[in-house]
Amino acid sequence: MTSLIIAGKTFHSRLFTGTGKFSSPAVMEAALRASGTELVTVALKRVDLQHQSDPLLQHLHQDNWDLLPNTSGARTAAEAVFAAQLAREALGTNWIKLEIHPDPKYLLPDPIETLKAAEELVKQGFVVLPYIHADPVLCKRLEEVGAAAVMPLGSPIGSNKGLRTIDFLSIIIEQSQVPVVVDAGIGSPSDAAKAMELGADAVLVNTAIAVAREPVRMAQAFAQAVTAGREAFEAGLGSSSHQAVGSSPLLAFLDL
Amino acid sequence: MSFKDVFQAYNWADVSAAIYQKTAADVERALGASTVTLDDFAALLSPAAVPYLGQMAALSQRLTRQRFGNTMQLYIPLYLSNECQNICTYCGFSLDNHLQRKTLDDGEILREVAVIKKMGYDHVLLVTGEAQQRVGMDYFRHALELIRPHFANISMEVQPMDEEDYRQLQALGLHAVLVYQETYHQDDYKKHHPRGRKSNFDYRLETPDRIGRAGIHKMGLGVLIGLEDWRTDSFFTALHLQYLERRYWQTRYSISFPRLRPCAGGLPPKVEMSDRELVQLICAYRLFSPTVELSLSTRETPHFRDHVVQLGITALSAGSRTNPGGYANAEASLEQFEISDERAPATIADMLQRQGFEPVWKDWDAVYDR
Repeated sequence: MTSLIIAGKTFHSRLFTGTGKFSSPAVMEAALRASGTELVTVALKRVDLQHQSDPLLQHLHQDNWDLLPNTSGARTAAEAVFAAQLAREALGTNWIKLEIHPDPKYLLPDPIETLKAAEELVKQGFVVLPYIHADPVLCKRLEEVGAAAVMPLGSPIGSNKGLRTIDFLSIIIEQSQVPVVVDAGIGSPSDAAKAMELGADAVLVNTAIAVAREPVRMAQAFAQAVTAGREAFEAGLGSSSHQAVGSSPLLAFLDL
Repeated sequence: MSFKDVFQAYNWADVSAAIYQKTAADVERALGASTVTLDDFAALLSPAAVPYLGQMAALSQRLTRQRFGNTMQLYIPLYLSNECQNICTYCGFSLDNHLQRKTLDDGEILREVAVIKKMGYDHVLLVTGEAQQRVGMDYFRHALELIRPHFANISMEVQPMDEEDYRQLQALGLHAVLVYQETYHQDDYKKHHPRGRKSNFDYRLETPDRIGRAGIHKMGLGVLIGLEDWRTDSFFTALHLQYLERRYWQTRYSISFPRLRPCAGGLPPKVEMSDRELVQLICAYRLFSPTVELSLSTRETPHFRDHVVQLGITALSAGSRTNPGGYANAEASLEQFEISDERAPATIADMLQRQGFEPVWKDWDAVYDR
């Protein structure tokens, strides 16, 4: 499996993980270790940045992975930019997962505010990974303003519904010049493998691991699925067809 | 347009009759629906759903864990004042109760804050009675400025206010407003609130619209269970929730289901709700809205709380005192109602951890309150 490079940083694992919904910080840490992940997103609103004694942060400060703070909770570009600045100062990273979802019910991202915020954050020197709907045009616009990757959703956050946007993900992957990380909705290892077979550069998984009966084993299962899917993509999947393709009688006249 | 326009298209007696006429077939349809409609919700609330409670509980648990994960939010009320100019037939703060009245001054507030912070809380709910002169906007503005630096998230449960007041309080860092209709039964509402500003049913009914227009991030809805038929009242709560979610789509919503508790001079509840019925209501709300936050206070017993955290609840208070100054000053007096679960927050956190939950003390940051 080849390595993934985002903004000059090399990743050997193509599985990114989240930190929400675990039954305890200890279970979370064990699952993250089992996943082999090297990039872990954490919601700023959950952590107490003033006190490094925050139990979540204590379990996250590891050499195994980098922290990717996210702006979950932000409803506007202004709020997201401010949150990113706070994260950079407190956590010492200029990487930011840009999340702007003003809709608290389905947590769907606001494309207009996200584009505005991405442009501003890039200007301020951030490595911006925006969470967005699977909108191919928006992905190109984000690429133009300097996003380091794009993170289109497979289906709504936490829904475990899998790749409901698969046709659009295919277009995004086909067109993109920056890494494509499928984020949100991946509910099972087979979903993750499918995204990787499509040619996604990485996937981000949280709920499916955190709420599994055995989060650690599920994290391992996802790690294997991501590797398998990527290997399949790199090996080159054979094309499929509903009908058997024989030699065509249409061309038989050429042999006469 | 406000919720009043929607509300007026319904009639209490008709809604009530429709709920009580639901059949097993209606309940089964609701349980199988991919989207639970208001009509389905009525079936889930109805007596016909009682034999299906086990199935409802399993579905409710699954939906809750999927959305909220294995976490439980913790919050605590901070009673700033028990002064009140209303007469409410069921409340310990009622004007006609001759109890010692108290409004906390700056020093007293900060002493309460210090005790609450020591317990580990970052989310606080400010509560007062309704006393416009002593505990009006000037008091709230000042209290928010004083309290805000100490908490990530501040909610408020006070009298209904004007839209502009909510805007001002939001600018000062207020994050959520809880305002319960008490009951949607318009005629009986007047009987329970014979005097004071609170007797204005319409002003209260339209409060969530004012909160929504002011852009407050989160609002809490509910009725006081015990005043009227809880099934009918809860149907109207769900109707209100549905209207608000569609209109103020950027706002988060929570629902509480306070059962009337004994209090000084209070009436015995007109309607008794059993534990089994409260479980049915919690599950019905969860099936109706997989995303709404469901909150349970210390009004309920330890036994009940320890079990329903598995069934749909997403937020708990713990260690609550319902008398102003009650945290720094342990004497139990002047309280709004008696609490049932007196366990310390750390004990509640242990209980949650034993059940596989992460107690969440902070899930917001003031950075988003700009």
